[in-house]
Amino acid sequence: MTTTAPAASAGTTAGTRPTGFVRDTAAVFVRESKPLVRDPFSVMFSLVQPLVFLGLFGPLLIGAAGGDVAGTLQWFVPGILVMVALFGTASTGANLLFEMQTGSHERTLVAPLSRSALLVGRALKEVVPLVIQGTIVVVVAVPFGFAVDVAGLAVGLVILAVFGIGFGALSYTLALSCRNRDWMFWMVHQTLLFPLMILSGMLLPLDDGPDWMKVAAAVNPLSYLVGAERALLAGDFGDPAVVGGAIAAIVTCAIGVVVGVRAMRRAS
Amino acid sequence: MPREAGLMTNQMITAQGLTKTFRSKGQTVEAVRSLDLAVGEGELVAFLGPNGAGKSTTLRMLTTLLPPTSGDAVVAGCDVRRDPAGVRRRIGYVGQGSSGGHTQRVRDELHAQGAFYGLGRRETRTRAAELIESLELGQVANRTVQSLSGGQKRRLDIALGLIHRPELLFLDEPSTGLDPHSRANLWQHIVELRRATGTTIFLTTHYLDEADRLAERVMVMDHGSVIADDTAWALKESLAGDRVTLTFESATDASAAAARLGGEIDGADGASARVVTVTAPGGDRALPRYIRELADAGIDVAAATHRQPTLDDVFLALTGRSLRDEAAHAAPIGEASEPVAA
Ligand SMILES: Nc1ncnc2c1ncn2[C@@H]1O[C@H](COP(=O)(O)OP(=O)(O)O)[C@@H](O)[C@H]1O
Ligand SMILES: [Mg+2]
Repeated sequence: MTTTAPAASAGTTAGTRPTGFVRDTAAVFVRESKPLVRDPFSVMFSLVQPLVFLGLFGPLLIGAAGGDVAGTLQWFVPGILVMVALFGTASTGANLLFEMQTGSHERTLVAPLSRSALLVGRALKEVVPLVIQGTIVVVVAVPFGFAVDVAGLAVGLVILAVFGIGFGALSYTLALSCRNRDWMFWMVHQTLLFPLMILSGMLLPLDDGPDWMKVAAAVNPLSYLVGAERALLAGDFGDPAVVGGAIAAIVTCAIGVVVGVRAMRRAS
Repeated sequence: MPREAGLMTNQMITAQGLTKTFRSKGQTVEAVRSLDLAVGEGELVAFLGPNGAGKSTTLRMLTTLLPPTSGDAVVAGCDVRRDPAGVRRRIGYVGQGSSGGHTQRVRDELHAQGAFYGLGRRETRTRAAELIESLELGQVANRTVQSLSGGQKRRLDIALGLIHRPELLFLDEPSTGLDPHSRANLWQHIVELRRATGTTIFLTTHYLDEADRLAERVMVMDHGSVIADDTAWALKESLAGDRVTLTFESATDASAAAARLGGEIDGADGASARVVTVTAPGGDRALPRYIRELADAGIDVAAATHRQPTLDDVFLALTGRSLRDEAAHAAPIGEASEPVAA
């Protein structure tokens, strides 16, 4: 039984060129971004919760601070920005989970795409809604007396974007390992989200908390992000917290992408 | 006949000893057992079998989605183990589930698919427009996938599988879950694709009529093995023969006739006890002979029919089970798609 298939190397597939990682990543990124381009208001979906926190928690914090509006917002809004990055990217794996259960993900696995591109293209897409959402939060806060340093905001958003890529990749990794067990995805998601949020000091200061909380905050990358954003949005580029936040974002990104790419390779 | 013909032409798919064993929760499932396959260029083959026969698992090994436990396969000239990327570039695959992203628009999804296969921007757009036209997706091209009907989703799946003009197309249960009208429409598209491009098509189905209507060659699969492989016509002719059904006035006449003709009484009591079915090659010619023979023996035939065997008769003859009954328990689309195994 000889296997000769000259048609395989010529003819019908002439239009198909070999694809590289960068091009594959771009193709995946474009596909993932399309629903947002078609329906820009969908960015509001994961923005609702941070805005609720801003609107309901903000006045309480201001009251506790003896009515110091500007000072409280200066402290609180950077935390909400980090919350946006956290909430937006933590649930992004749910899309992949859904596509794994239909046949959409399987289709991309049969396409001649690099496995890394399937993960990286998706994770990069997180940057777009995150930057839009972060900007919206700041714009909403400014009329209430929030003073923003524009250059600091730009750098702050870059750091958040790097973190978002990594955290989105982790969410995809979770989806890849949960397969058809939605409940497991959401259980892990819900179990981690609020502890990560509270143990970062983004809503309430941890200075008066017990020691174990301070230890937990010290290993929580979000703590460093919150510190960095507070410094950057105030225009204080020299604050060592900025470097700490940048390192936390880069480490999260590196871990997320490495773990995610491995999970995606195993998926085929 | 097609098997020999396959050897003459170029092979599009060959497999030797292809085996897949799943191990989960201490249980082992031999989904595919030492399968040998040879499909020639331009063939349209139907892989027919009940749910759980191992059809999807076979397809997923041939399309590089699952590594075989053992055995080898060469698909479109590339080895599935050594050159999976080569296989992926050359084949189209329409899986069992719906393959469009639910929040994506139909046209966007086709454009994305073109980019996935490395087509240029202009070529992608032209090709997407062609497929939207030929698969009658024009009305829904700007709608999101989640808003489509089952038939429209399936046509999109096929369009996605064809964007890069593959020389070989795999279709996993293309019409499962569709209403009769959408199924007929889908079949028409498959037949038309074949006529216009000569694409080799390998499809799985648990529908007898689908295999019968579409395929020149039918491979019957059961419990992970291929138990028959021929044209639908030859399978019916060689394995089953025609069905001659004779109805009598009394059960006594029926049992006498059954003994005489070597037939089987349909049931133990009631009306079916008076019905005898005889399997005979060339049943149309056998029927008058039976009536004469029974008249000579003093047995009157009250009614007589003759019908061609169906693929269900073939399946019954091969396995002792009716595929029709098994198909009735088939899982709906989506639920049947298993997770991608490690
Ligand atoms: N990922 C998997 N893990 C464990 N068992 C599986 C997996 N995929 C399929 N099986 C089992 O393998 C057998 C064949 O399944 P499948 O190939 O899907 O059949 P078909 O497509 O003919 O309905 C079934 O018993 C099924 O339960
Ligand atoms: Mg199947």
